[in-house]
Amino acid sequence: MTLLWIPLLSLIGSLLASLTGKLNRNQSAVVTAIMPLACLILVISLAPTVLGGETLYASLPWLPELGVNLSFRLDGLSLLFCFLILGIGLLVILYARYYLSPTDSMPKLYAYLLLFMTAMLGIVTANNVIQMWFFWELTSISSFLLISYWWYKPEARKGARMALAITGAGGLALLAGLVLLGQQVGSYELDVILNSGELIKNSPWYETILVLVLLGAFTKSAQFPFHFWLPHAMSAPTPVSAYLHSATMVKAGIFLLARFYPALAGTELWFVLVGVTGLTTLLVGAYIALFKHDLKGLLAYSTISHLGLITLLLGLDTQLATVAAIFHIINHAIFKASLFMATGIIDHETGTRDMRKLNGMWRYMPYTATLAMVAASSMAGVPLLNGFLSKEMFFAETLHQQMLGSMSWLIPVLATIAGALSVAYSARFIHDVFFNGEPKDLPKQPHEAPRYMRVPIEILVALCILVGLAPGISVSPIIYAASNAVLGGEVPDYHLTIWHGFNLPLFMSAMAVAGGLVIYSQRKYLFQFQSSLPSINAKKAFDGFVLRLMGWSREQILRIENGSLQRYVFILIFTALVLAALPLFEMHHLAGTKELGEIDIFNALGAVLLMIGALATLIWHRSRMIALIMISIVGLMTSVAFTRFSAPDLALTQLTVEVVTIVLLMLALFFLPQRTPKESSSLRILRDLGVSSAFGVVIGSICYAVLTRPQQSISEFFTANAKTGGGGTNVVNVILVDFRGFDTLGEITVLGIAALGIYKLLLNLPLFMRASDGEGRPWAFERHPLLLASISQSLLPLAILVSVYIFLRGHNQPGGGFIAGLVTSIAFILQYIANGSNWIRERFDINYRKVIAGGLAIAVMAGLGSWAFGHNFLSSWFDYFSLPLVGKFELASAMIFDLGVYLTVVGATLMILASLGKVTAEAPKEKVGQ
Amino acid sequence: MELLYASCVGLLVACGIYLILRGRTFPVVLGLTMLSYAVNLFLFSSGRLNINQAPVLGQQASYADPLPQALVLTAIVIGFAMTAFVVILAIRGRADLGNDHVDGAPRAKKGS
Repeated sequence: MTLLWIPLLSLIGSLLASLTGKLNRNQSAVVTAIMPLACLILVISLAPTVLGGETLYASLPWLPELGVNLSFRLDGLSLLFCFLILGIGLLVILYARYYLSPTDSMPKLYAYLLLFMTAMLGIVTANNVIQMWFFWELTSISSFLLISYWWYKPEARKGARMALAITGAGGLALLAGLVLLGQQVGSYELDVILNSGELIKNSPWYETILVLVLLGAFTKSAQFPFHFWLPHAMSAPTPVSAYLHSATMVKAGIFLLARFYPALAGTELWFVLVGVTGLTTLLVGAYIALFKHDLKGLLAYSTISHLGLITLLLGLDTQLATVAAIFHIINHAIFKASLFMATGIIDHETGTRDMRKLNGMWRYMPYTATLAMVAASSMAGVPLLNGFLSKEMFFAETLHQQMLGSMSWLIPVLATIAGALSVAYSARFIHDVFFNGEPKDLPKQPHEAPRYMRVPIEILVALCILVGLAPGISVSPIIYAASNAVLGGEVPDYHLTIWHGFNLPLFMSAMAVAGGLVIYSQRKYLFQFQSSLPSINAKKAFDGFVLRLMGWSREQILRIENGSLQRYVFILIFTALVLAALPLFEMHHLAGTKELGEIDIFNALGAVLLMIGALATLIWHRSRMIALIMISIVGLMTSVAFTRFSAPDLALTQLTVEVVTIVLLMLALFFLPQRTPKESSSLRILRDLGVSSAFGVVIGSICYAVLTRPQQSISEFFTANAKTGGGGTNVVNVILVDFRGFDTLGEITVLGIAALGIYKLLLNLPLFMRASDGEGRPWAFERHPLLLASISQSLLPLAILVSVYIFLRGHNQPGGGFIAGLVTSIAFILQYIANGSNWIRERFDINYRKVIAGGLAIAVMAGLGSWAFGHNFLSSWFDYFSLPLVGKFELASAMIFDLGVYLTVVGATLMILASLGKVTAEAPKEKVGQ
Repeated sequence: MELLYASCVGLLVACGIYLILRGRTFPVVLGLTMLSYAVNLFLFSSGRLNINQAPVLGQQASYADPLPQALVLTAIVIGFAMTAFVVILAIRGRADLGNDHVDGAPRAKKGS
């Protein structure tokens, strides 16, 4: 499980860093560096095994049902990237300590930086592609935070948004690609996927997978035409740029290409897509870099160009090219990080990065200048430095390919041109900044940077020279291990030496250097030519595109979502109708084989009444009071139907709920218009009639089809176990409080929530109380007739007695908490109707919210109680006891649960009605509203 | 009998849907209530129609299916909570918006 600690240590470091707000800047940097350092030591301790050719694995189940595991691997490629991420990360931490001004928040930068480090480490050590994607997205998000670190600058915000949009979109494509890949292979584990190269390449989905994965890689690695986000990400603080654009973020795309090389590479399509994209990016980046006046802009485009170079190498069909790609990943990370840091120093000490102002810096900061010149020479590919070695390998490999058929000779030529351009912009970096006359109106008096700010650059430049002079001992083992991982064990012989003799690649190098110097010396003409071209502003184009996209989306949304609920309901119902109707047409016989029952006179009578009620509701729906009375007939007939068809519990529930509903709706009518105006056009009525009758026909047919088929039910289990397992003979009640008690708990919770929602809705209700009813008659003020009042009062204890009886017998006979609760509620509602809510409040001042809460608490406790006895949640216990006089009786723990149900139902029902009733009672008597 | 039962369910669904498609809140509430009846009857029917077979043990030889009954029982109570919530929402909407149209305001007539 040691591997798990690699991202974990870095994550802990991020949390630690965020807590260093109280410390001074040195302490903050030290605390931040502890965890990455520990992580680096851990990686170093694992390195010998990995360099020996072994791959380390670690795995934890995460979502095993989906085949997603938390699984890690450490092979040569991961090891290489871990070194880059952690090594350069530590140098950046040191550098940022001196770079940030005292007003910038240090913990914030460090926390984001280490979060980003975690994400990168997660990508490179992932052994599950979904997990890899998760960390991939985390890099997008944390880089967004880093780029927008100076959030008060608009260009930082815009740059961050652009980076997030482009890399995030690429991330989605990548996810699609990875899921497809996983489905083709049958596993999301990377080692399985990497071993199924043949299977993947022969799959019909190969092209789709490849394009999607490449989209992810190309957007992240800023490959043409997705390169434009990278220069805008330069509005980040320079330490961030040094980290993101040398060793990490943009290398994640390259890593992805290398990682999936065994699984996806080797086909014509791969070489064309990857090779051509890389070549284009190489040339475009190098060309634009030459014309940038901003130092960081130059470095940004040079980064794009070098990324293109690596991509092109991975797209060349030779194993040596892959080795060269890996070599260049290392070299580019080293020299580019040091160049960014040097740029940061120049910016920091002079206040500008404009190369038209920066001249002659050699005199003011000779030390930094020397370091930057060495790094820039490495970027240009000057011999004895690391950049030269990998560039030479690159030139050599461009000669050994057949990518463009008979036109393949173009590639070495174009590569040499790109090399010349890269020499030219490196020369510009050196000559314009450090020589070329005197500085022009700098904001600050330039001087040398603090001692320790230069340390990271010194280390990196020393590495440039070390690798350049002694590649065999310094980097050869790690390149071998990484190539081994990428090429699946077939590493070709390669010789990292400074001198290969006089050969074509050397000649190309020489041509590039000479050509580059010529280009630079003649740059005046080139600049004139370039300024005559129409300028393309990527940011403007991107912003315009985003605006147009948003405008279009808004238009589409408005078209679908026009604010009319009536319309949404229609769309919803129509869709449901189509979906429900389609399968019916595939059925051969609607009627099943079951024997049909006889229609007797009672059923016929009930059905006729029900139909009359329904139709009358429909016909008179404009006269709301009449419609309400009519619908109550339907409700009554429904409960009669339940009685008839052997469902006494349902009948009781339906009957009591019916009473409560009708009382509630009558109360509601007091606040709503009594009549519905005629609004619908005839066409709309026709349409609605059509849809609703079609719906009725479909549901009726389904119902008929169900009813006429023999039944296969799981209920036998419940019937068989109700008495022995649940201790009750009323199976319905036993299901509710025992077998499916958890469902019931959920349902009473919903009931409580609905009641609370209603309570909140009715708070501070603006009153619309009218002085008269619909016909203009004033309201009667004797609201509480004596007869009703006295009868209802004497009924209350009786009704409560009945509900207690229903509650107690519920486990064995029809009844139970729900029904008893409703009966109690009705008894109280009757008191409200008869005597008014003020009368009630004087006598029983009950807080219904507490009743609901108490009921839910009792129900939950009853469930939790079974844990105390070592049983599952809501298991019930029962036994029989006998008392003198009472005789034998049963006690079941389920009754406690049922008591909770009872209380919740009482509390919720009464709260709903009493809240509404209270509004009428509190309404002022004089005319209000309308 | 099955045909009659299914027709009743179908009719309730049709009336309920028609009322739900109206533009004012109260008919919509009535429609929802009616649709709840229909849905409950429909769900209940998945236990088939049995006469004199209440699922109370020890009273007769065979029993109706208790599972749909248990489901429908809670559905009735939840349905009540939903109806209550919707109707109170309608009252609140009327009070805050000054009319009882489901869209918040009756559709503007052409030309106005």
